[in-house]
Amino acid sequence: MTDKITLENVSKSFGRKTVLDGLSLSVEKGQSLVIIGGSGSGKSVTLKCILGLIHPDRGSIKVDGRETVGLSGRERARMLSRFGMLFQGAALFDSLPVWENVAFGLIEGQGIRRKEARDRAVDTLAQVGLGADVGDLFPSELSGGMQKRVGLARAIATRPEIIFFDEPTTGLDPIMADVINDLIVKCVKDLGATTLSITHDMSSASKIADRIAMLYQGRMIWEGPAKDVWNSGNDYVDQFVHGRADGPIRMALRA
Amino acid sequence: MNLLALVGRVFLAFLTQVGQFTLFALVSLSHCLRPPFYLRLTARQMIEIGYYSLPVVGLTAIFTGMVLALQTSSGFSELAAESSVAMIVAWGMTRELGPVLAGLMVAGRIGAAMAAEIGTMKVTEQVDALYTLSTNPYKYLVVPRLIAGATMLPLLVLVADIIGIFGGYVLGTTKLGFSEHGYISATWRHLEFIGVVSGLTKAAVFGLVIALMGCYHGIHSRGGAQGVGKATTNAVVSASILILLLNYVLTEMFFA
Repeated sequence: MTDKITLENVSKSFGRKTVLDGLSLSVEKGQSLVIIGGSGSGKSVTLKCILGLIHPDRGSIKVDGRETVGLSGRERARMLSRFGMLFQGAALFDSLPVWENVAFGLIEGQGIRRKEARDRAVDTLAQVGLGADVGDLFPSELSGGMQKRVGLARAIATRPEIIFFDEPTTGLDPIMADVINDLIVKCVKDLGATTLSITHDMSSASKIADRIAMLYQGRMIWEGPAKDVWNSGNDYVDQFVHGRADGPIRMALRA
Repeated sequence: MNLLALVGRVFLAFLTQVGQFTLFALVSLSHCLRPPFYLRLTARQMIEIGYYSLPVVGLTAIFTGMVLALQTSSGFSELAAESSVAMIVAWGMTRELGPVLAGLMVAGRIGAAMAAEIGTMKVTEQVDALYTLSTNPYKYLVVPRLIAGATMLPLLVLVADIIGIFGGYVLGTTKLGFSEHGYISATWRHLEFIGVVSGLTKAAVFGLVIALMGCYHGIHSRGGAQGVGKATTNAVVSASILILLLNYVLTEMFFA
Protein backbone atom coordinates (compact mmCIF):
# COMPACT_ATOMS: atom_id res chain seq x y z
CA MET A 1 0.00 0.00 0.00
CA THR A 2 1.22 3.50 -0.77
CA ASP A 3 1.31 6.32 1.71
CA LYS A 4 -1.13 9.12 1.00
CA ILE A 5 0.19 11.49 3.65
CA THR A 6 3.66 11.35 5.17
CA LEU A 7 5.04 13.60 7.87
CA GLU A 8 8.72 13.41 8.67
CA ASN A 9 10.33 15.05 11.64
CA VAL A 10 7.91 17.99 11.72
CA SER A 11 8.56 20.59 14.41
CA LYS A 12 6.72 23.74 15.29
CA SER A 13 7.15 26.19 18.14
CA PHE A 14 5.12 29.22 19.10
CA GLY A 15 7.49 31.55 20.89
CA ARG A 16 9.14 29.48 23.60
CA LYS A 17 6.47 26.79 23.54
CA THR A 18 7.28 23.71 21.45
CA VAL A 19 4.06 22.21 20.14
CA LEU A 20 5.36 19.65 17.64
CA ASP A 21 8.71 18.09 18.41
CA GLY A 22 9.95 15.98 15.52
CA LEU A 23 6.59 14.38 14.68
CA SER A 24 6.54 11.62 12.08
CA LEU A 25 3.47 9.77 10.87
CA SER A 26 2.02 8.31 7.72
CA VAL A 27 -1.46 7.46 6.50
CA GLU A 28 -1.95 4.81 3.85
CA LYS A 29 -4.30 5.31 0.93
CA GLY A 30 -7.90 4.52 1.85
CA GLN A 31 -7.04 4.19 5.50
CA SER A 32 -8.56 5.97 8.49
CA LEU A 33 -6.04 7.17 11.04
CA VAL A 34 -7.25 8.71 14.28
CA ILE A 35 -4.88 10.78 16.37
CA ILE A 36 -5.74 10.80 20.05
CA GLY A 37 -4.15 12.89 22.73
CA GLY A 38 -4.94 15.38 25.46
CA SER A 39 -5.62 19.05 25.01
CA GLY A 40 -2.53 20.94 23.93
CA SER A 41 -0.71 17.84 22.69
CA GLY A 42 -0.43 19.33 19.18
CA LYS A 43 -3.27 17.52 17.41
CA SER A 44 -4.87 20.57 15.81
CA VAL A 45 -1.50 22.03 14.88
CA THR A 46 -0.68 18.80 13.05
CA LEU A 47 -3.78 19.10 10.88
CA LYS A 48 -3.17 22.79 10.23
CA CYS A 49 0.43 22.11 9.23
CA ILE A 50 -0.68 19.55 6.63
CA LEU A 51 -3.28 21.97 5.26
CA GLY A 52 -0.71 24.76 5.14
CA LEU A 53 -2.60 27.04 7.54
CA ILE A 54 0.47 26.90 9.80
CA HIS A 55 4.01 26.66 8.46
CA PRO A 56 6.17 24.12 10.27
CA ASP A 57 9.61 25.26 11.44
CA ARG A 58 11.30 22.08 10.26
CA GLY A 59 10.48 18.79 8.61
CA SER A 60 8.76 17.53 5.52
CA ILE A 61 5.09 16.91 4.74
CA LYS A 62 4.31 14.89 1.63
CA VAL A 63 0.93 14.27 0.02
CA ASP A 64 1.00 11.52 -2.61
CA GLY A 65 4.77 11.63 -2.40
CA ARG A 66 4.91 15.34 -3.25
CA GLU A 67 6.46 17.81 -0.84
CA THR A 68 3.88 20.40 0.27
CA VAL A 69 5.91 22.59 2.62
CA GLY A 70 6.54 25.90 0.85
CA LEU A 71 4.03 25.50 -1.96
CA SER A 72 2.96 28.74 -3.62
CA GLY A 73 -0.59 30.02 -3.24
CA ARG A 74 -1.93 28.60 -6.48
CA GLU A 75 -0.32 25.18 -6.10
CA ARG A 76 -1.55 25.09 -2.52
CA ALA A 77 -5.09 25.84 -3.68
CA ARG A 78 -4.85 23.03 -6.23
CA MET A 79 -3.65 20.63 -3.56
CA LEU A 80 -6.40 21.71 -1.16
CA SER A 81 -9.07 21.05 -3.78
CA ARG A 82 -8.48 17.35 -3.08
CA PHE A 83 -9.05 17.86 0.65
CA GLY A 84 -12.18 18.14 2.70
CA MET A 85 -12.31 19.22 6.30
CA LEU A 86 -14.90 19.08 9.06
CA PHE A 87 -14.06 21.74 11.64
CA GLN A 88 -14.56 21.40 15.36
CA GLY A 89 -17.23 24.11 15.54
CA ALA A 90 -18.42 23.22 12.00
CA ALA A 91 -17.18 26.72 10.90
CA LEU A 92 -20.16 27.22 8.60
CA PHE A 93 -20.32 30.58 6.81
CA ASP A 94 -23.12 32.27 8.68
CA SER A 95 -23.78 34.82 5.95
CA LEU A 96 -24.75 32.07 3.50
CA PRO A 97 -27.73 29.70 3.53
CA VAL A 98 -27.05 26.03 4.23
CA TRP A 99 -27.15 24.91 0.60
CA GLU A 100 -24.58 27.56 -0.41
CA ASN A 101 -22.34 26.40 2.41
CA VAL A 102 -22.46 22.86 1.10
CA ALA A 103 -22.06 23.97 -2.50
CA PHE A 104 -19.26 26.44 -1.70
CA GLY A 105 -16.40 24.21 -2.82
CA LEU A 106 -18.29 23.34 -6.01
CA ILE A 107 -19.10 26.94 -6.94
CA GLU A 108 -15.90 28.70 -5.88
CA GLY A 109 -13.41 25.86 -6.14
CA GLN A 110 -14.57 23.98 -9.20
CA GLY A 111 -16.54 26.70 -10.99
CA ILE A 112 -19.74 24.70 -11.27
CA ARG A 113 -22.86 26.73 -12.11
CA ARG A 114 -25.00 27.70 -9.12
CA LYS A 115 -28.10 25.84 -10.26
CA GLU A 116 -26.27 22.57 -10.78
CA ALA A 117 -24.27 23.06 -7.58
CA ARG A 118 -27.51 23.53 -5.70
CA ASP A 119 -28.84 20.18 -6.93
CA ARG A 120 -25.64 18.48 -5.87
CA ALA A 121 -25.80 20.22 -2.49
CA VAL A 122 -29.30 18.86 -1.94
CA ASP A 123 -28.06 15.35 -2.84
CA THR A 124 -25.18 15.70 -0.39
CA LEU A 125 -27.51 16.96 2.34
CA ALA A 126 -29.63 13.84 1.78
CA GLN A 127 -26.51 11.71 2.30
CA VAL A 128 -26.09 13.15 5.79
CA GLY A 129 -29.78 12.72 6.53
CA LEU A 130 -31.01 16.27 6.01
CA GLY A 131 -33.99 17.19 3.83
CA ALA A 132 -33.92 19.70 0.99
CA ASP A 133 -35.91 22.19 3.10
CA VAL A 134 -32.91 22.58 5.43
CA GLY A 135 -30.98 24.02 2.49
CA ASP A 136 -32.77 27.35 2.69
CA LEU A 137 -32.14 27.86 6.42
CA PHE A 138 -29.18 29.77 7.76
CA PRO A 139 -26.56 28.06 9.96
CA SER A 140 -27.62 30.04 13.05
CA GLU A 141 -31.07 28.44 12.80
CA LEU A 142 -29.65 24.92 13.17
CA SER A 143 -28.86 22.89 16.28
CA GLY A 144 -25.28 21.85 17.01
CA GLY A 145 -25.82 18.35 15.66
CA MET A 146 -27.37 19.64 12.46
CA GLN A 147 -24.51 22.11 12.02
CA LYS A 148 -22.06 19.22 12.29
CA ARG A 149 -24.01 17.33 9.63
CA VAL A 150 -23.96 20.34 7.32
CA GLY A 151 -20.22 20.68 7.99
CA LEU A 152 -19.80 17.04 7.04
CA ALA A 153 -21.85 17.57 3.90
CA ARG A 154 -19.66 20.55 2.99
CA ALA A 155 -16.53 18.46 3.57
CA ILE A 156 -17.65 15.65 1.27
CA ALA A 157 -19.53 17.68 -1.38
CA THR A 158 -16.49 18.02 -3.64
CA ARG A 159 -15.83 14.26 -3.36
CA PRO A 160 -12.33 14.76 -1.89
CA GLU A 161 -9.64 12.09 -1.74
CA ILE A 162 -8.56 13.11 1.74
CA ILE A 163 -10.83 14.20 4.57
CA PHE A 164 -9.82 15.66 7.94
CA PHE A 165 -12.07 15.53 10.96
CA ASP A 166 -11.26 17.90 13.81
CA GLU A 167 -12.96 16.59 16.95
CA PRO A 168 -16.11 15.53 15.08
CA THR A 169 -18.13 14.64 18.18
CA THR A 170 -17.11 17.40 20.59
CA GLY A 171 -20.09 19.22 22.06
CA LEU A 172 -22.69 16.69 20.94
CA ASP A 173 -24.87 14.46 23.09
CA PRO A 174 -23.85 10.76 23.04
CA ILE A 175 -26.61 9.73 20.66
CA MET A 176 -25.92 12.52 18.16
CA ALA A 177 -22.22 11.77 18.50
CA ASP A 178 -22.87 8.19 17.45
CA VAL A 179 -25.04 9.35 14.55
CA ILE A 180 -22.17 11.54 13.34
CA ASN A 181 -19.71 8.67 13.75
CA ASP A 182 -21.96 6.41 11.65
CA LEU A 183 -22.27 9.10 9.00
CA ILE A 184 -18.51 9.56 8.90
CA VAL A 185 -17.92 5.84 8.46
CA LYS A 186 -20.61 5.60 5.77
CA CYS A 187 -19.53 8.68 3.81
CA VAL A 188 -15.86 7.77 3.92
CA LYS A 189 -16.64 4.26 2.68
CA ASP A 190 -18.79 5.65 -0.15
CA LEU A 191 -16.00 7.94 -1.28
CA GLY A 192 -13.13 5.57 -0.61
CA ALA A 193 -11.33 8.51 0.94
CA THR A 194 -8.25 8.59 3.12
CA THR A 195 -9.05 10.20 6.45
CA LEU A 196 -7.16 11.72 9.31
CA SER A 197 -9.13 12.57 12.43
CA ILE A 198 -8.23 14.03 15.78
CA THR A 199 -10.30 13.42 18.84
CA HIS A 200 -10.18 12.70 22.53
CA ASP A 201 -13.46 10.83 22.46
CA MET A 202 -12.47 7.14 22.65
CA SER A 203 -15.83 5.73 21.54
CA SER A 204 -15.62 7.89 18.45
CA ALA A 205 -12.01 6.88 17.84
CA SER A 206 -12.67 3.16 18.05
CA LYS A 207 -15.65 3.50 15.74
CA ILE A 208 -14.05 5.43 12.87
CA ALA A 209 -10.40 4.36 13.08
CA ASP A 210 -8.48 1.69 11.20
CA ARG A 211 -5.37 2.72 13.05
CA ILE A 212 -4.88 4.90 16.10
CA ALA A 213 -1.89 7.05 16.96
CA MET A 214 -1.30 8.78 20.25
CA LEU A 215 0.34 12.18 20.45
CA TYR A 216 1.98 13.39 23.62
CA GLN A 217 4.07 16.53 23.99
CA GLY A 218 4.41 16.92 20.24
CA ARG A 219 5.66 13.39 19.62
CA MET A 220 4.08 10.15 18.52
CA ILE A 221 4.32 7.79 21.48
CA TRP A 222 2.23 4.90 20.17
CA GLU A 223 0.69 3.73 16.92
CA GLY A 224 -1.18 0.58 16.07
CA PRO A 225 -4.40 -1.03 14.84
CA ALA A 226 -7.53 0.40 16.44
CA LYS A 227 -8.42 -2.75 18.35
CA ASP A 228 -5.02 -2.87 20.07
CA VAL A 229 -5.46 0.49 21.71
CA TRP A 230 -7.26 -0.98 24.74
CA ASN A 231 -4.33 -3.22 25.66
CA SER A 232 -1.38 -1.44 24.16
CA GLY A 233 1.02 -2.16 26.98
CA ASN A 234 1.94 1.53 26.95
CA ASP A 235 1.33 3.28 30.26
CA TYR A 236 0.58 6.62 28.64
CA VAL A 237 -1.96 5.15 26.21
CA ASP A 238 -3.53 3.07 28.98
CA GLN A 239 -4.01 6.10 31.16
CA PHE A 240 -5.54 8.09 28.32
CA VAL A 241 -7.97 5.52 26.92
CA HIS A 242 -9.21 4.58 30.36
CA GLY A 243 -9.42 8.21 31.41
CA ARG A 244 -7.50 8.01 34.68
CA ALA A 245 -6.22 11.04 36.52
CA ASP A 246 -3.25 9.11 37.93
CA GLY A 247 -0.46 7.91 35.70
CA PRO A 248 2.59 9.07 33.78
CA ILE A 249 0.73 11.90 32.01
CA ARG A 250 0.60 15.01 34.12
CA MET A 251 -2.01 17.45 32.96
CA ALA A 252 -0.52 20.90 32.73
CA LEU A 253 -2.70 22.92 35.04
CA ARG A 254 -0.93 26.11 34.07
CA ALA A 255 -0.18 26.82 30.44
CA MET B 1 12.57 46.62 35.24
CA ASN B 2 14.95 48.48 33.03
CA LEU B 3 13.30 51.54 31.51
CA LEU B 4 15.31 51.28 28.30
CA ALA B 5 14.24 47.68 27.85
CA LEU B 6 10.63 48.74 28.21
CA VAL B 7 10.99 51.52 25.64
CA GLY B 8 12.77 49.12 23.30
CA ARG B 9 10.07 46.50 23.63
CA VAL B 10 7.29 48.95 22.90
CA PHE B 11 9.18 50.30 19.90
CA LEU B 12 9.88 46.82 18.51
CA ALA B 13 6.24 45.85 18.95
CA PHE B 14 5.26 48.98 17.05
CA LEU B 15 7.66 48.16 14.22
CA THR B 16 6.30 44.60 14.06
CA GLN B 17 2.78 45.98 13.68
CA VAL B 18 3.84 48.42 10.97
CA GLY B 19 5.67 45.70 9.06
CA GLN B 20 2.79 43.26 9.39
CA PHE B 21 0.34 45.88 8.21
CA THR B 22 2.51 46.92 5.26
CA LEU B 23 2.76 43.31 4.12
CA PHE B 24 -0.98 42.88 4.54
CA ALA B 25 -1.68 46.01 2.51
CA LEU B 26 0.69 45.02 -0.30
CA VAL B 27 -0.68 41.48 -0.56
CA SER B 28 -4.27 42.77 -0.50
CA LEU B 29 -3.67 45.41 -3.16
CA SER B 30 -1.88 42.93 -5.40
CA HIS B 31 -4.91 40.63 -5.14
CA CYS B 32 -7.09 43.55 -6.30
CA LEU B 33 -5.42 43.31 -9.71
CA ARG B 34 -5.50 39.55 -10.22
CA PRO B 35 -8.51 37.35 -10.97
CA PRO B 36 -10.72 35.72 -9.85
CA PHE B 37 -12.95 38.63 -8.86
CA TYR B 38 -16.04 38.25 -6.73
CA LEU B 39 -18.40 40.72 -8.36
CA ARG B 40 -21.46 39.69 -6.37
CA LEU B 41 -19.64 40.24 -3.07
CA THR B 42 -18.18 43.54 -4.27
CA ALA B 43 -21.65 44.76 -5.23
CA ARG B 44 -23.01 43.76 -1.84
CA GLN B 45 -20.25 45.69 -0.06
CA MET B 46 -20.85 48.71 -2.29
CA ILE B 47 -24.50 48.77 -1.29
CA GLU B 48 -23.57 48.31 2.36
CA ILE B 49 -21.00 51.13 2.33
CA GLY B 50 -22.50 53.48 -0.22
CA TYR B 51 -26.24 53.23 0.16
CA TYR B 52 -26.67 52.43 3.84
CA SER B 53 -24.22 55.14 4.94
CA LEU B 54 -26.27 57.85 3.20
CA PRO B 55 -28.46 58.77 6.20
CA VAL B 56 -25.53 59.11 8.59
CA VAL B 57 -23.38 61.05 6.16
CA GLY B 58 -26.31 63.20 5.01
CA LEU B 59 -27.25 64.22 8.56
CA THR B 60 -23.65 65.02 9.39
CA ALA B 61 -23.31 67.12 6.26
CA ILE B 62 -26.46 69.17 6.59
CA PHE B 63 -25.75 70.23 10.17
CA THR B 64 -22.13 70.95 9.36
CA GLY B 65 -23.17 73.18 6.45
CA MET B 66 -25.66 75.02 8.65
CA VAL B 67 -23.22 75.55 11.48
CA LEU B 68 -20.55 76.77 9.07
CA ALA B 69 -22.96 79.38 7.71
CA LEU B 70 -24.03 80.45 11.18
CA GLN B 71 -20.50 80.84 12.51
CA THR B 72 -19.26 82.66 9.43
CA SER B 73 -22.10 85.18 9.35
CA SER B 74 -21.35 86.34 12.86
CA GLY B 75 -17.77 87.14 11.90
CA PHE B 76 -18.38 89.36 8.87
CA SER B 77 -20.01 92.72 8.41
CA GLU B 78 -23.52 92.63 7.02
CA LEU B 79 -22.48 93.85 3.57
CA ALA B 80 -19.82 91.24 2.92
CA ALA B 81 -21.77 88.49 4.62
CA GLU B 82 -23.68 86.96 1.73
CA SER B 83 -20.67 86.34 -0.49
CA SER B 84 -18.32 85.24 2.28
CA VAL B 85 -20.78 82.85 3.93
CA ALA B 86 -21.40 81.14 0.60
CA MET B 87 -17.68 80.96 -0.04
CA ILE B 88 -16.72 79.54 3.33
CA VAL B 89 -19.46 76.92 3.18
CA ALA B 90 -18.51 75.86 -0.36
CA TRP B 91 -14.79 75.75 0.37
CA GLY B 92 -15.09 74.19 3.79
CA MET B 93 -17.43 71.45 2.70
CA THR B 94 -15.70 70.41 -0.52
CA ARG B 95 -12.10 70.70 0.66
CA GLU B 96 -12.12 69.57 4.26
CA LEU B 97 -15.28 68.89 6.16
CA GLY B 98 -17.01 66.77 3.52
CA PRO B 99 -14.26 64.16 3.17
CA VAL B 100 -13.05 64.22 6.79
CA LEU B 101 -16.41 64.04 8.50
CA ALA B 102 -17.80 61.50 6.04
CA GLY B 103 -14.60 59.49 6.49
CA LEU B 104 -14.86 59.52 10.26
CA MET B 105 -18.55 58.59 10.23
CA VAL B 106 -17.94 55.74 7.79
CA ALA B 107 -14.92 54.57 9.80
CA GLY B 108 -17.21 54.20 12.80
CA ARG B 109 -19.96 52.53 10.85
CA ILE B 110 -18.16 50.37 8.30
CA GLY B 111 -14.65 49.89 9.69
CA ALA B 112 -16.11 48.52 12.91
CA ALA B 113 -18.51 46.23 11.06
CA MET B 114 -15.72 44.86 8.85
CA ALA B 115 -13.42 44.14 11.78
CA ALA B 116 -16.22 42.50 13.76
CA GLU B 117 -17.44 40.34 10.86
CA ILE B 118 -14.04 39.17 9.66
CA GLY B 119 -12.78 38.84 13.24
CA THR B 120 -15.70 36.58 14.15
CA MET B 121 -15.07 34.53 11.02
CA LYS B 122 -11.43 34.26 12.05
CA VAL B 123 -12.03 33.07 15.61
CA THR B 124 -14.72 30.58 14.55
CA GLU B 125 -12.34 29.09 11.93
CA GLN B 126 -14.47 30.28 9.01
CA VAL B 127 -11.41 31.92 7.49
CA ASP B 128 -9.54 28.61 7.72
CA ALA B 129 -12.57 26.92 6.17
CA LEU B 130 -12.31 29.28 3.19
CA TYR B 131 -8.72 28.13 2.67
CA THR B 132 -9.67 24.46 2.76
CA LEU B 133 -12.39 25.13 0.17
CA SER B 134 -9.71 26.45 -2.22
CA THR B 135 -10.81 30.04 -1.76
CA ASN B 136 -8.32 32.75 -0.93
CA PRO B 137 -9.65 34.81 2.01
CA TYR B 138 -7.86 37.90 0.68
CA LYS B 139 -9.77 37.69 -2.58
CA TYR B 140 -13.04 36.61 -1.01
CA LEU B 141 -13.14 38.86 2.04
CA VAL B 142 -10.63 41.70 1.70
CA VAL B 143 -10.62 42.71 -1.98
CA PRO B 144 -14.40 43.34 -2.29
CA ARG B 145 -14.26 45.58 0.77
CA LEU B 146 -11.24 47.53 -0.47
CA ILE B 147 -12.78 48.15 -3.87
CA ALA B 148 -16.13 49.09 -2.37
CA GLY B 149 -14.48 51.44 0.14
CA ALA B 150 -12.31 53.24 -2.40
CA THR B 151 -15.14 53.72 -4.91
CA MET B 152 -18.10 54.42 -2.64
CA LEU B 153 -16.59 57.01 -0.33
CA PRO B 154 -16.02 59.57 -3.12
CA LEU B 155 -19.67 59.20 -4.11
CA LEU B 156 -20.74 59.65 -0.50
CA VAL B 157 -18.57 62.74 -0.19
CA LEU B 158 -20.04 64.18 -3.39
CA VAL B 159 -23.48 63.80 -1.84
CA ALA B 160 -22.19 65.23 1.43
CA ASP B 161 -20.81 68.29 -0.41
CA ILE B 162 -24.15 68.95 -2.05
CA ILE B 163 -26.14 68.44 1.15
CA GLY B 164 -23.70 70.54 3.17
CA ILE B 165 -23.92 73.44 0.76
CA PHE B 166 -27.68 73.07 0.74
CA GLY B 167 -27.59 73.27 4.55
CA GLY B 168 -25.73 76.55 4.33
CA TYR B 169 -28.22 77.79 1.74
CA VAL B 170 -31.23 76.92 3.87
CA LEU B 171 -29.81 78.65 6.92
CA GLY B 172 -28.59 81.63 4.94
CA THR B 173 -31.90 82.25 3.17
CA THR B 174 -34.21 81.61 6.10
CA LYS B 175 -32.34 82.79 9.18
CA LEU B 176 -29.78 85.26 7.86
CA GLY B 177 -32.04 86.85 5.26
CA PHE B 178 -29.84 86.36 2.20
CA SER B 179 -31.47 86.30 -1.22
CA GLU B 180 -31.84 82.88 -2.81
CA HIS B 181 -30.40 83.99 -6.11
CA GLY B 182 -27.50 85.85 -4.53
CA TYR B 183 -26.47 82.92 -2.37
CA ILE B 184 -26.54 80.42 -5.22
CA SER B 185 -24.59 82.61 -7.61
CA ALA B 186 -22.03 83.36 -4.90
CA THR B 187 -21.66 79.64 -4.28
CA TRP B 188 -21.12 78.99 -7.99
CA ARG B 189 -18.54 81.78 -8.16
CA HIS B 190 -16.50 80.28 -5.35
CA LEU B 191 -16.79 76.57 -6.12
CA GLU B 192 -13.55 75.54 -7.75
CA PHE B 193 -12.62 72.42 -9.60
CA ILE B 194 -9.44 71.73 -7.62
CA GLY B 195 -11.29 72.01 -4.31
CA VAL B 196 -13.88 69.41 -5.29
CA VAL B 197 -11.34 67.09 -6.89
CA SER B 198 -8.99 67.23 -3.91
CA GLY B 199 -11.91 66.42 -1.63
CA LEU B 200 -12.95 63.41 -3.71
CA THR B 201 -9.35 62.16 -3.93
CA LYS B 202 -9.12 62.37 -0.17
CA ALA B 203 -12.35 60.42 0.06
CA ALA B 204 -11.00 57.60 -2.11
CA VAL B 205 -7.88 57.36 0.06
CA PHE B 206 -9.93 57.44 3.27
CA GLY B 207 -12.24 54.73 1.94
CA LEU B 208 -9.27 52.52 1.21
CA VAL B 209 -7.77 53.20 4.64
CA ILE B 210 -11.03 52.39 6.43
CA ALA B 211 -11.41 49.09 4.59
CA LEU B 212 -7.74 48.16 5.02
CA MET B 213 -7.87 48.82 8.75
CA GLY B 214 -11.15 46.98 9.20
CA CYS B 215 -9.91 43.92 7.30
CA TYR B 216 -6.41 43.94 8.82
CA HIS B 217 -7.61 44.04 12.41
CA GLY B 218 -10.33 41.51 11.64
CA ILE B 219 -8.02 38.98 10.04
CA HIS B 220 -5.42 39.32 12.77
CA SER B 221 -7.85 39.08 15.67
CA ARG B 222 -7.52 36.15 17.99
CA GLY B 223 -8.91 34.76 21.19
CA GLY B 224 -12.69 34.81 21.06
CA ALA B 225 -15.13 37.58 21.85
CA GLN B 226 -12.60 39.76 23.64
CA GLY B 227 -10.22 39.59 20.69
CA VAL B 228 -12.98 40.58 18.28
CA GLY B 229 -13.95 43.51 20.51
CA LYS B 230 -10.37 44.69 20.61
CA ALA B 231 -10.03 44.33 16.84
CA THR B 232 -13.14 46.44 16.34
CA THR B 233 -11.86 49.22 18.60
CA ASN B 234 -8.43 49.18 16.98
CA ALA B 235 -9.93 49.30 13.50
CA VAL B 236 -11.96 52.41 14.25
CA VAL B 237 -9.27 54.22 16.23
CA SER B 238 -6.47 53.54 13.76
CA ALA B 239 -8.62 54.42 10.75
CA SER B 240 -9.73 57.69 12.38
CA ILE B 241 -6.18 58.72 13.26
CA LEU B 242 -4.92 57.82 9.81
CA ILE B 243 -7.74 59.81 8.20
CA LEU B 244 -6.80 62.97 10.11
CA LEU B 245 -3.10 62.44 9.44
CA LEU B 246 -3.49 61.68 5.75
CA ASN B 247 -5.88 64.61 5.40
CA TYR B 248 -3.04 66.92 6.34
CA VAL B 249 -0.58 65.17 4.01
CA LEU B 250 -2.99 65.28 1.07
CA THR B 251 -3.87 68.92 1.68
CA GLU B 252 -0.16 69.73 1.67
CA MET B 253 0.23 67.85 -1.62
CA PHE B 254 -2.68 69.58 -3.33
CA PHE B 255 -2.36 73.15 -2.12
CA ALA B 256 1.17 73.78 -0.88
